[in-house]
Amino acid sequence: MKIVAKRTAGLTDARLHYCPGCLHGVAHRIIGEAMEELSIIDRTIGIAPVGCAVFAYNFFSCDMIQVPHGRAPAVATGIRRARPDCVVFTYQGDGDLAAIGTAETVHAANRNENISVFFINNAVYGMTGGQMAPTTLANMKATTAPYGRDVEDTGGPMRVCELLASLEKPYFITRVSLLSPKDILKAKKAVKRALAGNMEKKGFHFVEMISTCPTNWGMEPLKARQWARESMIPVFPLGVFKDREAEEKEAAS
Amino acid sequence: MTEKILMKGNEAVAEAAIRAGCRHYFAYPITPQSELIEYMAKKMPKVGGTFLQAESEVAAINMVLGAAACGVRTMTSSSSPGISLKQEGISYIAASRLPAVIVNVQRGGPGLGNIAPMQCDYFQATRGGGHGDYYTPVLSPSTVQEFADMAPLAFEIAERYRTPVLILADGMLGQMMEPVVFPESYPPQRDPSDWALGCHKDRKENHIINTLFIDPNLLDSKTRILFEVYEEIKKNEVRFETYNLESRPKILVASTGTAARVVKSAIDALKEQGVEMGLFRPITLWPFPYDALHQAAAGVDKVITVELNMGQMEQDVRLALNGLCPTEFVGKAGGLVFTPEELADILRKKAS
Ligand SMILES: Cc1ncc(C[n+]2csc(CCOP(=O)(O)OP(=O)(O)O)c2C)c(N)n1
Repeated sequence: MKIVAKRTAGLTDARLHYCPGCLHGVAHRIIGEAMEELSIIDRTIGIAPVGCAVFAYNFFSCDMIQVPHGRAPAVATGIRRARPDCVVFTYQGDGDLAAIGTAETVHAANRNENISVFFINNAVYGMTGGQMAPTTLANMKATTAPYGRDVEDTGGPMRVCELLASLEKPYFITRVSLLSPKDILKAKKAVKRALAGNMEKKGFHFVEMISTCPTNWGMEPLKARQWARESMIPVFPLGVFKDREAEEKEAAS
Repeated sequence: MTEKILMKGNEAVAEAAIRAGCRHYFAYPITPQSELIEYMAKKMPKVGGTFLQAESEVAAINMVLGAAACGVRTMTSSSSPGISLKQEGISYIAASRLPAVIVNVQRGGPGLGNIAPMQCDYFQATRGGGHGDYYTPVLSPSTVQEFADMAPLAFEIAERYRTPVLILADGMLGQMMEPVVFPESYPPQRDPSDWALGCHKDRKENHIINTLFIDPNLLDSKTRILFEVYEEIKKNEVRFETYNLESRPKILVASTGTAARVVKSAIDALKEQGVEMGLFRPITLWPFPYDALHQAAAGVDKVITVELNMGQMEQDVRLALNGLCPTEFVGKAGGLVFTPEELADILRKKAS
């Protein structure tokens, strides 16, 4: 009998606690598969954020630490300086990474810290019950923006990839989505490239993944994906925003 | 090699930390501790260590959290306002049971205050400081030599009990120069391979460091384990010094750090005037030497607490005495420091 699909060794047997239709599980799976395929599970250290993914320390089958809200890139900096031969990744939501942890994100990128940052953009604070995030769209409703986000008052949705790409040093910055099987395959490629880049000590790899939050958006999972495609992708276009490897190749040719 | 070197306190503690094997230091500049961060910037690259100027004290303490989680000797330093910012991280380090050393070269507060020496972070240091049910051992130096000696001691305590340890100095000790002798050997580092990240002897299971315990029963038992460790620390690590108790003084002065130095000079001056007073100087502020102070105060008429603040350690002194005798408080705020003559005068008046 040929095995065509199985659990990845990059994840533990623990049952994911995420809501039905949530894409955190998909993001976990592609990171787990990438670790397995690169044979780095035993030399990877993962960092769980404060947010829906706080229990990630139960799910990834590598050494894990759960850290204060927003501080994952700073903790990752300390880890990777102490264990330069380990592969270090953070896994963060938009509140964690782009609100309370903005400074840590920007400065880790600016230092080109040799870490991978996996950024799950679901346009809301999931864990605390659907409050407004820095990535919440204009006029989108959230429990702390009950009349819809007023961009004149609260600012517009933050495009983190574009912000970070203006820095000189970060090695690789990309935005992918988890909205269809094809997108997921692309996302996995980006994740694998990031972890492989860390193995080669190339520096800061940032993979933003456009995701959904059916529970807090109040939508069926498929409807949520449809909505994300129609409403989020135009605001958060997919693509590669910085690729120093490509820049260097081009400069050399 | 018992060579005496003239150094500022900030430099001496940095040098001692490096000699003790600290190779990962993260901090953000602030007066009056900047010589410490600058010394580390100069020396760490020469010994193959990591010096990193963080984007904030918040980031610095979280870098320490990361390095500590990997089981290496790691340290940060700052002064009062910066230490406030580190408190969230210190709470996580305590909850994660990680060894790390934090130096606070205290300055005037509250708010931006000033850059003069004060002892106004005593409450913050000795009552956990951040959120949650925890303590950190606190070491209070009163000479540059003692400040330097506390670096290896802090690492030793930190590793023995897997806890953050705070060295609570002040701007005076940070800035003043005194001769320092560095010991030839330092406590060896404990093997962290049964808990640290990326560090396994034979890998049976992953190392997971976590402070989230949704189930109240689990958090209760985790907290109880923490407090069992605190009981051990209280049993083994209480440190204090007494001075001039052999004269059987009727007045006992309780004071720590820089203030205690001035008290010693005042006691010497009073002795020449025929007035005897004793000094009780807590060296660990947590655990506070409650029993030792109670015993030292047996038979005295009163205990006077002298601090460079509006009265913080004074509360621990009263807890120690538990009504044994009357107490008084002498303090200065604003970063003002007593002169020995001035203090001798105040103490003599309180004695009569
Ligand atoms: C210092 C601090 N502030 C606030 C919180 C409360 N909190 C927990 S998760 C969270 C937001 C998480 O949202 P996001 O990062 O977008 O991740 P998601 O839950 O959507 O995956 C907040 C505000 C906290 N735990 N700590």
